[in-house]
Amino acid sequence: MSMIEFKDVEKYYGDFHALKDINLTIDAGETVVLIGPSGSGKSTLIRTVNGLEEIQEGQLLVDGFDLHDPKTDMNKIRKNVGMVFQHFNLYNNKTVLENIMLAPRLVLKRDEEENKQLAMALLERVGLADKANNRPSALSGGQKQRVAIARSLAMKPKCLLFDEPTSALDPEMIGDVLRVMKEIAEDSDMTMLVVTHEMGFAKAVADRVIFMADGQILEDSSTEQFFQEPSNERAKKFLSQVANH
Amino acid sequence: MTLFNHYSALFFSGFGYTILASLIALVASLILGTFFALLQLSKKRFLAMLGNAYVQFLRNVPLLIITLFFYLAVAKVIKMTGFVSGTVALSLYTSAFIAESVRAGILAIDHGQMEGALANGLSYGQAMSRVVLPQAFKVALPSLGNQLINLVKNSSILAFVGGLDLMYQGNLVAASSFDTFTSYLVVGLFYLVLTLPLSYVMQYLEEHLQESR
Repeated sequence: MSMIEFKDVEKYYGDFHALKDINLTIDAGETVVLIGPSGSGKSTLIRTVNGLEEIQEGQLLVDGFDLHDPKTDMNKIRKNVGMVFQHFNLYNNKTVLENIMLAPRLVLKRDEEENKQLAMALLERVGLADKANNRPSALSGGQKQRVAIARSLAMKPKCLLFDEPTSALDPEMIGDVLRVMKEIAEDSDMTMLVVTHEMGFAKAVADRVIFMADGQILEDSSTEQFFQEPSNERAKKFLSQVANH
Repeated sequence: MTLFNHYSALFFSGFGYTILASLIALVASLILGTFFALLQLSKKRFLAMLGNAYVQFLRNVPLLIITLFFYLAVAKVIKMTGFVSGTVALSLYTSAFIAESVRAGILAIDHGQMEGALANGLSYGQAMSRVVLPQAFKVALPSLGNQLINLVKNSSILAFVGGLDLMYQGNLVAASSFDTFTSYLVVGLFYLVLTLPLSYVMQYLEEHLQESR
């Protein structure tokens, strides 16, 4: 069953054509990595999936909901589709624990005791149980991102979107975040769509790799095929540039 | 001192009405101001224009005119005393300034806070009330403090419409004692009794909330 389905999707920012003729199907349970040079439209694409960006033409189905239909209740989609941002976007006015408990309490009406137990279990899982009562401002970037992942997981989503989750982190922090993401990909049947520059992570975790440039999808291949022999010339060039680091 | 002793009942009665009018206007203007700040920031163009028109109109007309409008015109349709019309005018006038402070506060908060909350499943209203507004008020606190102090002093407008407040009683005392200077000196001291503690409370809140950031 498909979780996300783009059909002839076009997206504009004023005159700028940000997404061009996007056709893409992601099945439930798949882990898909989206790569490409900056400005290629990767972030724009992932942000259309939970309606943070509107599309102008085409059809976009997420979890059976039609996002281009103005009657669609965006909150119903977002309940099942979590997102982890480059800059974390933790609630600065709440403690770490409250960051995780807020949405399940307000949106899912989860029982308070159960909510707290689950939140603590998630913090345990990302290795930050001792930070439960801290404010986000007291955490390092890597810790913030792990809290943000726990916050998304607390909603028990069907699908998780990662928008460059490690791009704002110091190098020594990246490993911890990737490890948590790897665990999620392996242990759960959640659909994951990840925009990243971490090729090692893509190789190890992704079922499929999508390469974008200039608002278009240029390559959509299995992970092995993509890293061994990409069919698209721009993808080939991009890979060699990244590998030469 | 003898003047104060002689007319203390009047002064205290006026003081009470000034406090009452200030408290009502404080609560009402904070609620209205926040509401119109949100309206101004609405994505729906009509609502944004409505919010903007409200703020521009009320903050660009003298408080006295608004007060007289309620006392002379509105009071003909809806029966109200001078105290009520003055307090309503004061609330509306102050709310326009508070709307601007709150709007600036909201704009100062990183848009990521709203996006994070929406992506987390919260509705726009929940995201606003639980995440963005608490942070926006913190940012707006110094400017809100200014508005609240102005509000207390501006409540003296009630005297023009028989509002029974401190200034109104001060006028009465001055007229009957012929000691204008001392009468208004006492009135001024009463205002200080209200505004100075308010200033300190705002200062304390600013420092205290800064730490908890």
